[in-house]
Amino acid sequence: MRRSVSVAILAAVLAIGFVATVEGRRGFALSAQEKALMEVKIDNFSYAPATLTVAAGTTVTWTNRDDIPHTVVSTDDPKTFKSKVLDTDEKFSFTFSKPGTFAYFCSIHPKMTGKVIVQ
Amino acid sequence: MSEKKKDELLHDHNHDGIDRRGFLKCMAWAGTGAFCVMKGGVLNSYSLSRMSEISAADMMGELSFVQISDSHMGFNKPANPDVAGTLKAAVDKVNGLAAAPEFMLHTGDISHLSKPEEFDTVEQILKAAKPKDVFYVPGEHDVLNDDGKQFLERYGKGSKGSGWYSFEKKGVHFIGLVNVMNLKAGGLGTLGHDQLEWLEDDVKHLKKSTPIVVFAHIPLWSVYPEWGWGTEDSAQALAYLKKFGSVTVLNGHIHQTMQKVEGNVTFHTAASTAFPQPQPGKADSPGPMKVPAEQLRSVLGVTDVNYIQGQHALAVVDSTLA
Repeated sequence: MRRSVSVAILAAVLAIGFVATVEGRRGFALSAQEKALMEVKIDNFSYAPATLTVAAGTTVTWTNRDDIPHTVVSTDDPKTFKSKVLDTDEKFSFTFSKPGTFAYFCSIHPKMTGKVIVQ
Repeated sequence: MSEKKKDELLHDHNHDGIDRRGFLKCMAWAGTGAFCVMKGGVLNSYSLSRMSEISAADMMGELSFVQISDSHMGFNKPANPDVAGTLKAAVDKVNGLAAAPEFMLHTGDISHLSKPEEFDTVEQILKAAKPKDVFYVPGEHDVLNDDGKQFLERYGKGSKGSGWYSFEKKGVHFIGLVNVMNLKAGGLGTLGHDQLEWLEDDVKHLKKSTPIVVFAHIPLWSVYPEWGWGTEDSAQALAYLKKFGSVTVLNGHIHQTMQKVEGNVTFHTAASTAFPQPQPGKADSPGPMKVPAEQLRSVLGVTDVNYIQGQHALAVVDSTLA
């Protein structure tokens, strides 16, 4: 009896340790990925990536790398976010606090569209 | 065929029926300097670098005016670091015309970023032009950040809605339309319900024989929807103009000259005075096209339009700045 209890405790400890390790690794991997993807570049009249998935609370920054000004405006009404016009190399940031899918476009060149999926 | 003839694109509006088929008739790309003269119902298109070959008579009419477009004052990227200089060159070209045009139309993107000083600079430069009256419609670059408030304050006197209006000159009915407001995601230029209603009412009382000139920034025909080069509800606007024998539509936005004849309607886009853009689909995006400095002026231009009274036709002349 005592032996089986200690085996169970050992198994539980191992299991917890294993889970914690996996969680820790996954957590690390996620945040690195998030960091890499929190930027949206505007090049050649398009947003890249056109679809960005982030965790709630993430701040996304758009950078206009075109020779022509662009904007970043959500398509909802009332608008969740709306940048000023971004000239070359200018940036716009928005922090997505709530989960959801946020479609946006360039109000100057409406063929330019993108979305941010907040989980 | 002589060299000159080769550059002429003939359209007989009244007789041959070709134009009524409604397909793309003639495309005079930027760089070739489209020069079109419609006379007696026939549209002639020349290269303006050959302006010296065109007789003064061909350029004369009861009414002449100039269209300039897309001056993008404030733009300073490699495609043209001196947009003020090229606008001045356009003014020089206008002032060099044999007969001074009566007025000018500016089909939008006056400024690059809607900054007050950009509008001021354009106004200052255009003061040097012989034609003193300039009629404007906004481009999307003129209504940034403030939904066109500044544009209306500067140019919208007597206009309706977001800046549309009409006026008469020597029997020709001119209509300035605004199709750069409230653009929807994934969409094209938009005129909107209110403006369309106004347009229907505006032309209702006119005789069918009244020549109509419509000017707006984004093309009112589907040039290349993939790049947003068209207007969602332009078909409705054109439907209101169906009864008229002569309708000319002048647009900017695409920074290159292009022409199309569809039934009673002739469409023209003007070159930019600032920088050229690529041909539809011929680049990854419609961004500014960098051309060697010595060639830049040959792809920028002004459009000179003559109206010959009694013939219900307009002569459109696209001139390069070279």
